Amino acid sequence: MTAKSDLTRRGFIGTSAALTALFASGIPLSAQGTDSLTIAYNVPVQSWDPTTGPAAVNPALQSIYLAVYDRYIAQRPDLTFDAGLLTDWGFSDDKTKLTMTVREGVKWHNGDDFTPEDVIWSLERAANPDTGNPMQFVWSKIGNFTVDGNVITADVLSFEPALFKWMAFLTAFILPKKYYEEVGAEGFEKAPIGTGPYMVDAFEQGAYVRLKAFADYWGGAPEFETVTVKFVTDAASRVAEIESGNSDVTSNMPYEEYDRLIAKDGLSGEAIPVTDIGMIFLNDIDVMLDKNVRLAAHHAIDKQLIIDRLLRGYGVPLATLEAPGYAAYDDSITFDYDVEKAKELLAASGYSTDNPVTFTIQTTRGFKPKDYEMIQAIVGMWRKVGIEAEIEVYEIAKHYELRATDTLAPAAFYNWGNSIGDPSTSTGFSMFGPSPHAVWDSPDLIEKIGPLFVEPDEDNRIQGFKDVSRYIAEEGYVIPILQYVMPVVYASSLAVTPYTSGDLLPQAITKA
Amino acid sequence: MLLKTVFVRLLTTAITLFGVAVVVFTLVRVAPGNPISMMLPPGATEEDIAALTALYGFDKSLPHQFMIWIGGVIQGDFGTSITLRQPVDELVLGRLPATLELSLMALLIALALGGLVAVIGARKRSTGTEVGLDLTTGAVLSIPDFLWGLIFVLLFGVLWPVLSISGRVDPRLDIDFTTNFYFFEGLLRGRWDVVSSTFSHMLMPAMSLALPLAAMIAQLLKQNLKEVLNQDYTTLARVRGFSETSVILREALQNAALPTLALVGVQFTFLIGGTVIVERLFAYEGLGNMAIDAVINRDLPLIQGIVLLFAALFTVINLLVDLSYTFLNPRLRNG
Repeated sequence: MTAKSDLTRRGFIGTSAALTALFASGIPLSAQGTDSLTIAYNVPVQSWDPTTGPAAVNPALQSIYLAVYDRYIAQRPDLTFDAGLLTDWGFSDDKTKLTMTVREGVKWHNGDDFTPEDVIWSLERAANPDTGNPMQFVWSKIGNFTVDGNVITADVLSFEPALFKWMAFLTAFILPKKYYEEVGAEGFEKAPIGTGPYMVDAFEQGAYVRLKAFADYWGGAPEFETVTVKFVTDAASRVAEIESGNSDVTSNMPYEEYDRLIAKDGLSGEAIPVTDIGMIFLNDIDVMLDKNVRLAAHHAIDKQLIIDRLLRGYGVPLATLEAPGYAAYDDSITFDYDVEKAKELLAASGYSTDNPVTFTIQTTRGFKPKDYEMIQAIVGMWRKVGIEAEIEVYEIAKHYELRATDTLAPAAFYNWGNSIGDPSTSTGFSMFGPSPHAVWDSPDLIEKIGPLFVEPDEDNRIQGFKDVSRYIAEEGYVIPILQYVMPVVYASSLAVTPYTSGDLLPQAITKA
Repeated sequence: MLLKTVFVRLLTTAITLFGVAVVVFTLVRVAPGNPISMMLPPGATEEDIAALTALYGFDKSLPHQFMIWIGGVIQGDFGTSITLRQPVDELVLGRLPATLELSLMALLIALALGGLVAVIGARKRSTGTEVGLDLTTGAVLSIPDFLWGLIFVLLFGVLWPVLSISGRVDPRLDIDFTTNFYFFEGLLRGRWDVVSSTFSHMLMPAMSLALPLAAMIAQLLKQNLKEVLNQDYTTLARVRGFSETSVILREALQNAALPTLALVGVQFTFLIGGTVIVERLFAYEGLGNMAIDAVINRDLPLIQGIVLLFAALFTVINLLVDLSYTFLNPRLRNG
């Protein structure tokens, strides 16, 4: 007995075609040849207030914020500073006052005029601890604002040499006083407005934001009328998005995928070093109190080999926490890969491959490119000179808690971003004991770094940080590994301007 | 009898949910990593840390924090998300329809596929076809849902790009619906653009979730069918002239389906749990995707809200399955 199917070949083909048409009707078109652009982005926007809460200090979200809002001071692709909503700024000679000239002719997305009152309100709100601005400690250093035309004058309550650099950094966005007071925090979350090149047209939490070009933008309307930013957190899915043509631009995929994608017809790529470094924090406990062990651990690491083998050459080896392009980068400070020297140093402290020094090294796994694999490789290199390290994997949240409570293992791998390239926000806060983010807390460093936070002479301040960087390298207080490279893949019909800060700005994407 | 059962189950559900609330509240606070340390500015002083801790209410004792939270929950206030800065109940209920639609579609696919394979397997029992189907279901079952997801992305997202890879709906569509049940409300409103878009976005994640369950259903249902097909009443049906297919569909399936129903009920709750990974892979904005972000960011109020809702879903689904099982099984219904 056999069953006879009612489905004919013609029927099957017809059904397949109908289904394909039905599915295809739901597929987003790519932007090529149109006025729209689709970006597959790796981090979802959590909040539309770029000045408060955890989202405000998430470096990955700054690109989206910069499409909608403007900062006090802008930044060019190479990290140099540019006029933003302030066109001129500076301290008085005695550093007791500062002046800021507010850009004229700027409009908010709702058509209201942008005014100096918006600037003052934003600064005062940022300085108010009740609003939850994570960088309140910076903004509270100025106050007593007065306005004369479009020039704002303020008192310096506590001198912060890098204040104007902070004005191009995290939480330094200007929000609309009148509109915010009308709609409140909740209303602003639902209908945010800024002065930026794009307006928020539609937002689905965790899914996408659709942006519309702001025709009255003071910097000129952006190239694409509509930009859809899809939040695709999984790297494999982002690769599929760009490969299938569902998205026109994406970033932060594995380097092997980057190489594969840019070799394909119709796709291009940019991979430039960004202001994010991988480093091994050393904690001033246990065996790390022995300078020989610290320096041996550093000398034993072949950073270039790690970059070449694990990261396919995408990375820049570092000797200090100041990367090329940072204000206090000093290429005369080097740290050699020297296995024999590492062995000698360990031998001086009684260690060898037969009697290795042992400690724990913590690392994330999958948070940064090949993070766990890098530590595995480093542990292998250490083993050859007489260091036996046990790897412990931790989550991001645990890392932050351990760092804040100064209970990290003797060695801990993590990354450090610094999109303004100032030494106070790299070497400064990561190595200054009283900072909750510092791990090495020895008094000598506190004495050397502390005065630099208030050094009024800029040249002296930068030179001071270079000197501190050299000292840190000589003492082996930290092991800088590499400067990361951010891969961006895009349709060849586009031109993308990469930013050293790691930002992927929709307004910096044009038709090729 | 049925009312008493429902009452007892509702009571135990309430106790279970309270237990879950206590456990999740305690666990998320004793687990390593807290949200305050993740948002500390580099220059924060001890006072700054204390101020931030107080701002989010973490300066109070654990029992005090729990009393505040549970007091709010009883009044329908689940707190405010730390990262998303919106009421937790709004966020969680806003995402629930997406996960429910996905889970229901996965369940329907699993039932249809599993049922079809089981019927064919039973119809072709003791033949090479049955062996082939057994091998196939075994292979399908051994591949986890997220791996199916990656396979589908490669097949239908990249090599033959007919389905949408990420999201829930085409961002270009304007959707001013009353609910977040885009697919169902789209059907009711006749918004075929929304229906086709949500279907196109849902199919791959739903298939990924459905395939392992379909294989499980196929194996169990086929076994039950084979047992039932040896009963006297099915032999009688054959003697009366019914075709083998008719015997399976009209006589055997109903009785054989009962044990499968119990399995489907239990597995459906696991299927909802499975949405966490699959939603992440397809950037599908459901509860599971939100749960992962909440855990990464240590958004304690949001984690609590999501876990509580998942627990409520599980208990309600189990209750419904038990009730339907009682209703469908004459021995239990009249016992």
